[in-house]
Amino acid sequence: METIQTTLGQVNIASIIIFFAFVAVTLGITYWAAKKTKTTSEFYAADRSISGFQNGLALAGDYMSAASFLGIAGMVSLKGYDGLIYSIGFLVGWPLVMFLIAEPLRNLGKFTFADVVAFRLKQKPVRIASSIGSLMTIVFYLIAQMVGAGSLINILFGFPYEIAIIIVGLVMIAYVLFGGMLATTWVQIIKAILLLSGATFLVIMTLAQFGMNPITLFEEATKKYTDAVLSPGGFVKNPWDAISLGLALILGTAGLPHILMRFFTVPDAIQARKSVFVATGFIGYFYILTFFIGFGAMVLVGQNVISSFDKGGNMAALLLSESVGGQFFLGFIAAVAFATILAVVAGLTLSGASTLSHDLYVNVIKKGKTDEVGEVKVAKVATLIIGGVAILLGLIFKGQNVAFMVGLAFAIAASANFPSLVLSIFWKNFTTKGAVASIITGSSLAVLLIVLSPTVWVDVFKNSDAIFGLKNPAIISMPASFLVAYIVSKIYPEKESVDKYEDEKLRTYLGIGAE
Amino acid sequence: MSINSTRVHEILNSEKFKNLVKKRLTMSLLFTAIMLLVYFGFILSIAFYKEFLAIKIGEFITLGLPLGIGLIIFAWLLTGYYIRWANSKYDKAVRELRNEILKK
Repeated sequence: METIQTTLGQVNIASIIIFFAFVAVTLGITYWAAKKTKTTSEFYAADRSISGFQNGLALAGDYMSAASFLGIAGMVSLKGYDGLIYSIGFLVGWPLVMFLIAEPLRNLGKFTFADVVAFRLKQKPVRIASSIGSLMTIVFYLIAQMVGAGSLINILFGFPYEIAIIIVGLVMIAYVLFGGMLATTWVQIIKAILLLSGATFLVIMTLAQFGMNPITLFEEATKKYTDAVLSPGGFVKNPWDAISLGLALILGTAGLPHILMRFFTVPDAIQARKSVFVATGFIGYFYILTFFIGFGAMVLVGQNVISSFDKGGNMAALLLSESVGGQFFLGFIAAVAFATILAVVAGLTLSGASTLSHDLYVNVIKKGKTDEVGEVKVAKVATLIIGGVAILLGLIFKGQNVAFMVGLAFAIAASANFPSLVLSIFWKNFTTKGAVASIITGSSLAVLLIVLSPTVWVDVFKNSDAIFGLKNPAIISMPASFLVAYIVSKIYPEKESVDKYEDEKLRTYLGIGAE
Repeated sequence: MSINSTRVHEILNSEKFKNLVKKRLTMSLLFTAIMLLVYFGFILSIAFYKEFLAIKIGEFITLGLPLGIGLIIFAWLLTGYYIRWANSKYDKAVRELRNEILKK
């Protein structure tokens, strides 16, 4: 039996200092950003002043959550090669964002992806439906992040769970409320740089123990845990399960509202394109690092020790950082993990607030007739509402098994947001009724099927058998959403929508009239 | 914007614009198809040909290792290749058409 000395779970001074330094710097940036955040375009889209490279880093910051850092490293440490399959799925969505979505989205939209869906359709019904898809995605993702934050901080710093949730909630509300998109973007950029450099340093320190030769690391892993760790194992028991999860991850990435929103912060389609290239590079690099971190933890910390802290292996990266870099380095990586959560929830909150204010209040309730000052005020109230809801949900779901919620968020994004977005860009005969029916079908099927699936029906509700056999519903809910969109649009054609497609094309392809 | 709508209509129906749209759609769909094929090919080989990925290509290293990491790098290079095409060929055609429309 392996034993290891660890200070994990005790108050780590280095960690607290680094974390508060991060909060101080980012609140300083928020103060600076607040002066530049007066108009709606400034609040929602940083006045389109972010460069392609900066936005690429910020996209990476928005996407690399603590769950993927700690969770995937942990999965690799316990399951070996199988963990890599997960990270590949999370990455492969990005090229699709580039090929299908990024440029048309930038050219057609103003602040939210619903702008694009509603471009030539009837505003009211389409905005309401897309808001449902958006808010569901955001809320499920937020719950997973908040509960993860509370537990992580509880383990790392010894703060009570409730206090951790409230700190995270208040700081992220401050970013968004005062600094809008500009502050949120810089929080993402700083967090991305911290996370990437922290992970790089962790890999270098780990490889240093193996003569800087990754092959020696893998060799030690096979010696300690047999050859099986370098081959695919039990991850894919049912190929349909793997395909369904793959679809949710890939197409869901192209339907996450907080990711899509970032494309409105750059000046034009060319910068939008560049930002996806930069983001894909950094995210891919990060996932390769987590693979090495996982193997490092497997060999240097040991699987028994890792799973004794957390069955899912979530503490693997932290245990490894202490093992190769001592208490100070553990503190650094822990603070980075905390900062990571803070940045991701800030991005989600901003995106949820813009759905409430821009899509629902301005375009549905006020029918597009509000003044600048009024809309910014509403956006700020919406920020407080979403932030408050996030804190509340974090407290309500304490101790619950929320692991399935990220999968659910991706499934809804792939089944409700992605189909309507793609069809509105590429299909001339798409109609209002088709869009509404598609979004409702996609989101409700995704929720219904996941409740009946092994992830909730068995793991959460403790029934012995699942009613729906697959762990992720995307393989059913996504095609169903497309099919319903097609059938309903065919049965109820909409002349106005077809007529406006010419205008849309002019903007999609040439960027003429783009904001 | 003061764009003459009949002129816009003319341009939208011009061979040049139609070609641009067609090229762009072809590239988007082709690249999407390549990415999906490669990814699901990988997933299916994990499901049905585990032995293939477990083939040893060194004393310890399996074929699955460079293939998995290679897939991540491939995805990135594919976006890079797309950007190169878009920045050179596509943007040039877009600029020409934009100038035609906005000048009139």
